[in-house]
Amino acid sequence: MTVLLVALGAAVGAPLRYLLDRAVQARHGSAFPWGTLTVNVLGSLILGVLIGGAGAGAVPGSLVALLGTGLCGALTTYSTFGYETVRLVETGARRYALVNAVVSVAAALGAAFLGVTLAEVLWG
Amino acid sequence: MPPEQPPVDPDVDLRVPRQRAELRRGTPSLLAAIALGGMIGAVLRHGLAVAVPHSPTGFPWATFAVNVSGCLLIGVLMVLITEAWTAPRLVRPFLGVGVLGGYTTFSAYAVEVQQAMAVGAARTALLYLAGTLVAALVAVRVGLTLTRLATGVRRLRSSG
Repeated sequence: MTVLLVALGAAVGAPLRYLLDRAVQARHGSAFPWGTLTVNVLGSLILGVLIGGAGAGAVPGSLVALLGTGLCGALTTYSTFGYETVRLVETGARRYALVNAVVSVAAALGAAFLGVTLAEVLWG
Repeated sequence: MPPEQPPVDPDVDLRVPRQRAELRRGTPSLLAAIALGGMIGAVLRHGLAVAVPHSPTGFPWATFAVNVSGCLLIGVLMVLITEAWTAPRLVRPFLGVGVLGGYTTFSAYAVEVQQAMAVGAARTALLYLAGTLVAALVAVRVGLTLTRLATGVRRLRSSG
């Protein structure tokens, strides 16, 4: 049952990443991977809220499987982030690569902390 | 960026004309390929997380292994389908955007670091934070380099 919820969430999360990535890129002509940064930060914020809510007993495990493991897991990506960072180095955009690595990790972590804190304020 | 250059964003890079146009050439099949791939990747990730659980203060080995192996595989895949060969239209959406994107995760990585910090396992959190980043980037590089060697593709460089 949990596996089905994970699969269902991912069936929405993965295409959503593609569409959001396209939408963000269409607004930024830059070589900096704003689209991937956006989905990774957004997914980390939502998962933070879900895990914080689950810790407070307000979010059931089934919802964590559907929206957390499934949707947020597929919305966010490490493979795309990793490939982009290495390709930025290869194309000579070393500063973008460094900024992408540092900002992605820091912003996603900040979003996760914010999400858990929001959940504690809401349900704590 | 000329079209023969591999992209920077492997999900979709609007500077590659073929990818810019791909949504107009059949949206349902494209999104279905991504969704199907995403389901497969996410179920694999979930299976590994269930098989290799970690304690609240322990190192999240399952997510670490998922993200590092997924990074190795995106390096292999992208050389094969953008540098060595020209792949059919749905191969990148299915395998790259879907399977590998659904398999790897940034949200679990970030929240696992937060959770480890919250229970006072700051050393584990920092080790996991930095260890994943370094291992994942090395894995992409290894995947790219080995696949370029195996297929005889010379490393492509743009003046960037």
